[in-house]
Amino acid sequence: MSVQIWTLLIVGLSFALYIGIAIWSRASSTKEFYVAGGGVNPLMNGMATAADWMSAASFISMAGLISFMGYDGSVYLMGWTGGYVLLALLLAPYLRKFGKFTVPDFIGERYYSQTARIVAVVCALFVSFTYVAGQMRGVGIVFSRFLEVDISLGVIIGMCIVFFYAVLGGMKGITYTQVAQYVVLIFAYMVPAIFISFLMTGNPIPQLGLGGTTTDGGYLLDKLDGLNQELGFAAYTSGTKSMIDVFAITAALMLGTAGLPHVIVRFFTVPKVKDARSSAGWALLFIAILYTTAPAVAAFVRTNLIETVSNQPYSQMPEWFSKWEEAKLIAFDDKNKDGLIQYVKDPAVNELTVDKDIMVLANPEISKLPNWVIGLVAAGGLAAALSTAAGLLLVISSAISHDLLKNAINPNISEKGELRAARIAAAAAVVMAGYLGVNPPGFVAEVVAFAFGLAAASFFPAIILGIFDKRTNMPGAMAGMITGIVFTAAYIIYFKFINKAANTPDHWFMGISPEGIGTLGMVINAVVTLVVSRMTPAPPLKVQEMIESIRVPRGAGKAHAH
Amino acid sequence: MSGKDLKKYWKENVTYLLILLGVWFLVSYGAGILFVKQLDSIRIGGFKLGFWFAQQGSIYTFLVLIVVYVRLMNKLDKKYDVNE
Repeated sequence: MSVQIWTLLIVGLSFALYIGIAIWSRASSTKEFYVAGGGVNPLMNGMATAADWMSAASFISMAGLISFMGYDGSVYLMGWTGGYVLLALLLAPYLRKFGKFTVPDFIGERYYSQTARIVAVVCALFVSFTYVAGQMRGVGIVFSRFLEVDISLGVIIGMCIVFFYAVLGGMKGITYTQVAQYVVLIFAYMVPAIFISFLMTGNPIPQLGLGGTTTDGGYLLDKLDGLNQELGFAAYTSGTKSMIDVFAITAALMLGTAGLPHVIVRFFTVPKVKDARSSAGWALLFIAILYTTAPAVAAFVRTNLIETVSNQPYSQMPEWFSKWEEAKLIAFDDKNKDGLIQYVKDPAVNELTVDKDIMVLANPEISKLPNWVIGLVAAGGLAAALSTAAGLLLVISSAISHDLLKNAINPNISEKGELRAARIAAAAAVVMAGYLGVNPPGFVAEVVAFAFGLAAASFFPAIILGIFDKRTNMPGAMAGMITGIVFTAAYIIYFKFINKAANTPDHWFMGISPEGIGTLGMVINAVVTLVVSRMTPAPPLKVQEMIESIRVPRGAGKAHAH
Repeated sequence: MSGKDLKKYWKENVTYLLILLGVWFLVSYGAGILFVKQLDSIRIGGFKLGFWFAQQGSIYTFLVLIVVYVRLMNKLDKKYDVNE
């Protein structure tokens, strides 16, 4: 069977599965819509959280990024998993005990301020929309390359599927489809990884194969270091970023991911605080399977790519090369007209540009794996994108129907009315996300990279200090959030938009790039919050009692509205 | 539970967090970033040790940390009778 028939078959089957689950798990109350009734098993919640957390970027782009960055790519690996530790230890159990539906709920109540709640809603909406646009783009890429349909049509198909189960099933539908999507995506990631690891190193476990030897006897990583250096790139295992920048970027990613609203909300779906803790453990296990495989895939694909293309005649490139050229993700420009592909660091001589997104998607073809594996990878990429998109859409809909409509505009709205509003908001959000996916505004890619830093510099201290420091009050938190976000945004805007030419390590403050500046913004935020809080009156007694109560697990009950 | 017990419970909880986050810092920022060069001179199979920590070892440690945290906290909850 051809690649395309296999892809259609596997993608079609996986979509049928998601729709079947959605019909089986329709939501009938707001509680089911927002938090799946609060009765999800921790292991299931762990899988759903893992699928929620691992976006199209984790599945499609991450290994490619590492492949080009080598050691420097570690910032994503440590950043996105280390942030998870912070979430599990410092946030999940306490927010679960707090027992409301959303993060703005916590901010609004902890800082006894409607303004704080609305600021939190706006931030949650901003982060979610930029993120969801990225997911939809991922869906479009997979469709256009593997099923050879137009990117726009691909996005619309993806939208219809998400629309169906997010609008119908709410959190309940999303949770159970995410469980299925996790299984699909991890299977799709591991099968080619195991194949390629075995082909290149004789060891079927990619995590071990990375440290193994290739067929010619030497260690794979040493060989790759050598290949990279021959072509003028930095050695794979050493990278080019300065230590302080690697440090700052890793921290910004860690602190930023810990504050992502669509992941936090998953912990409201389990029955007890104890379950919130253990489901965090399950989730990291499921995430770690992919995250420890990705660097292995990165090194294998990089070696394979260099060996396939470097100094080889263009006319003899395999079939996948021209297919990805058509998708405009590979470009070859024969500068010296010798018909050979020169792939080197020096931009004046280099003739090949490869988009990072194709490294995972093209891996099965580069490694000449069977056709069904290629179809499987397409289904996995879609599962990763759709599961994250659905989680984000739910945050958007609950931010509108619950935080804005119910808590800020019309507190007397009926349960039925709120559920209807939640569905309408979810539907509108799907349409808007689809629109952004078809017509991605130029700034999306730029903004996504900085969303973490901005989240770290604004939300992180407010939530952490809200739990761990009773003395932190409304003026302190507000002052901290404002200084943190203004400082970080100003730095990013200056180097990325106003004075692009100055965006080099010599001009950066302390050598920290705009990608990592959120870490410093976070520190400034925390210091301002602590100082201002101590110069102004302590928070009301009621709030102090609330903090006492979230620190103790007993009496959590299920997540409730009031 | 009395206020005094609550304070003690919270203090032990925070101590656990500090220790666990200390390890968290050591394996990622320590072994994976600050001391990566020094550790890279040690080799285990095909891995330079610092590189291994940055791309593999830190993640395994993170997982162990959460498992240890869940166990410690479940025990602590029982000790202070605040479990569910």
